[in-house]
Amino acid sequence: MTKNPDKSATCQPHPLEDLVRMDRIPHIWCSGCGIGSVFTSCLTGIRQTGIPYNQFAMVSGIGCSGRGAGYINIDSFHTTHGRAIPFATGIKTARPDLNVVVFSGDGDLFAIGGNHFIHAARRNMDITVICVNNLTYGMTGGQVAATTPHGAKSSTTVAGNPETPFNLPLLAYASGATYIARWTMLHARDLADTVEEALNHRGFSFIEALSPCPINFGRRNKETALDTLKKYHEKTIIKNGANPAELDIDYSRGVILGKFVDIDKPTHDEMYRKMYWPQETTE
Amino acid sequence: MKPRVLTGEHFMNGDVACAEGAIAAGCKFFGGYPITPATEVAEHISVRLPHVGGTYIQMEDEIAAMTSILGGAWTGVKSMTATSGPGFSLMMETVGLAVVTETPCVVVNVQRAGPSTGLPTQGAQADMMQVRWGSHGDYEIIAIAPASPQEMFDLTITAFNLSETYRTPVFIMSDEIVGHMSEKVVIPEESRIRTVSRPKPSGRRDRFRLYKPGANGVAPMPAIGDGYNVHVTGLTHDEKGYPVMSVDTQKEMMDRLLGKIRNNLDDIIMTEGYRLEDAEIVIVSYGVSSRTSYTTVDEARKMGIRAGLLRLITVWPFPEEKIRRLAGQVKGFVTVEINMGQISREVQRCAGGQVPTYSVGHPGGAIIPPDDVIQVLREGF
Repeated sequence: MTKNPDKSATCQPHPLEDLVRMDRIPHIWCSGCGIGSVFTSCLTGIRQTGIPYNQFAMVSGIGCSGRGAGYINIDSFHTTHGRAIPFATGIKTARPDLNVVVFSGDGDLFAIGGNHFIHAARRNMDITVICVNNLTYGMTGGQVAATTPHGAKSSTTVAGNPETPFNLPLLAYASGATYIARWTMLHARDLADTVEEALNHRGFSFIEALSPCPINFGRRNKETALDTLKKYHEKTIIKNGANPAELDIDYSRGVILGKFVDIDKPTHDEMYRKMYWPQETTE
Repeated sequence: MKPRVLTGEHFMNGDVACAEGAIAAGCKFFGGYPITPATEVAEHISVRLPHVGGTYIQMEDEIAAMTSILGGAWTGVKSMTATSGPGFSLMMETVGLAVVTETPCVVVNVQRAGPSTGLPTQGAQADMMQVRWGSHGDYEIIAIAPASPQEMFDLTITAFNLSETYRTPVFIMSDEIVGHMSEKVVIPEESRIRTVSRPKPSGRRDRFRLYKPGANGVAPMPAIGDGYNVHVTGLTHDEKGYPVMSVDTQKEMMDRLLGKIRNNLDDIIMTEGYRLEDAEIVIVSYGVSSRTSYTTVDEARKMGIRAGLLRLITVWPFPEEKIRRLAGQVKGFVTVEINMGQISREVQRCAGGQVPTYSVGHPGGAIIPPDDVIQVLREGF
C-alpha cells in the first residue's frame, strides 16, 4: 500500500517560481495546449545559462504564445502583431550586451511578421527566436496560418487548406540563421537544452517548438490533444544535422527533430563594431 | 570620436539640420527606412551616429523602423526615426504602441503631397490630421512644425526634450520645402544646449509601479537591465503595467495618457505672434507656409488691412485658448496651409462661430503665394 503524502510537509516552491510573475497566474492557455510546456522549457533554458536575469529581455508579438512575455518575471515586452523581432532588433542594436529572446507564435512570426524574420536572420542579429508552432491562429479562433498543413481544416478553410505551408527551418536557413533546431513540446528536456544552447550561440538562433492547439486546430481536424502527443511521440525522428529541405511537417513520412544548423559567423553587432569602431575591436 | 555638437555657423539643409539637432539632443539610436524627401535625415545621421557612439540601422520597412526605436528607447537610449507620408501611414499602429506604453521617441515626417505616392519630391502639409488621429483609439500627441533649417535643428532638440519629459512620441512635422531648403544654421556651444533626460525611478524595486505618475503626471522610466523587471504591453494595463481588461482600468489609463498632455499645455504649446497687437484679421499658419504669411502680413498692412500672424510652432496640442481669446478681439481668421483645410477646421472649431474663418489651402506641390491670401483678406472681411 502506498503511503499518503505527509500533510504537514511544507509546500515546496516551484523550481521556476523566481522566473514567473506569480501574481499573473493562472495563465490564459487552454487545457491541452502546449504553450505552457514550451514556456517552461524556455525558462529552464534561461536558468541553465547561469546569466543574471536582469541581462535578459523577452519580446512577444500578439496571440496565445505572445502572452509569454506577460508571465516571465524579467523585463518583458508584449508588442504589436508581428513586430516582436524589430522591437528586439532595436533593443539589441541599442544595447548589444543584453540577451534578447523573442517568444511568439507561428501566425505572429511568419505571416504578418515574415518580412522581419527573414531580415533579422539575414543580418545575423544576435537574438533567439522561439516559435511555438501550433499550425493555426489560436487566439482569433483557429483561422488558417502560414504553417497550416495543406488540406487541414480551419475556420477560414472549412473544406481544407488549399495552400502550401512554410517549412520554417528551411526558411530560416535560406535567410541566414546561424542556429536552427526543432523539437516538440513533448521533448521538454531537449527543448530546454536547446534554448540554453541557442541563448549561448552568437548570432540569430531559431527554435521551432511544435505544440498542440486542441481547441481550435485539433477540434476541426479530428485530433485530440492526446492524439497530437501520440504523433509527437511515435511519428517524429531525431536527426541532427538533417538537410533543412527535408523538414516539411508531414507525419505520414515522419517529422524530423533535432539541431540542424549551428554555424559560427560574425553577428550584426560584431560587424557593425568592426566597420565603425575598428580601434575598439583590434587587440 | 568626433565632436557631438558641431558648434559654429553652417550652411545646411533642413534634413541635415534635423539630424544634427537629434545628435545634439543626445540621440544615440536611429532606426531608418529611406523615403523621399526624408532620406537625408537618415543618410546624415547614419554617418554621424557612429562618431558619437550611437548606432544606425536601416530596417526592412517603416513598420520595423518605428518598432525598432521603441525597443531602442526601452534600453534607456534616446531614439528617433524619420519618414514621409507613405511611411508615416505604415508607422501608425506602432505610434499607438508608443503612446500607450509611454515610450519617449521622436518621429520626423518630412511631408510630401499625397494621397498615396503623390508627389514624392514636392512638399505639402497634409499629414497634420493623420499625426493627430492616425492611430486607433483616443490619445493626445505632441507635434511641432519647423519653418526653417535653423528650426529643424532647434526644434528637434525641443522634440527630444518634450518626449523625455512626457514619455510620449513627439512628431516633427516638417515638409519637403523646409527639409530640402539650405540656409544658415547656427549651432551653439554644447554647454548652451539644454537637454532633458527621462527621470529614472528610485526606491524599492519590489514596490515599483511602472506607470505611477509623478508630479507632472508622468512616471519615471527604468531601462532594460536596471532590475525593475518591467512588463510593457499594448494591452490596457494598470499602474504596474499588467494587463487588466476592465472599464475602470481603461479609464484610469486614458486619464493618465490624456491628462499628462492636457494638464501641461502651457509647458508644451509654443506659438509666435507677428503684428498681432492691433490686428483685426489673424492669419494662422505654421511650418513653411508661415514664411509666406509674414510677407503677406506686411503686404496687407501696406494696403491698409490690419493683418497679423499667429504662427503655430506646436500644432498639437492645439492652442485652443489662444484662438478662443483672439476670436473675441478680431474680425476673423484666415488659415494658410498646404492642404485642403485641415488645421483650418480646428481654427473654425475654436473660433466657435464668433467670427468668420477662411481657409487658404493648396493641394500640395508648391508654396502658397501671398497674393492668394491677400485676395481673401480683401474680399472676405
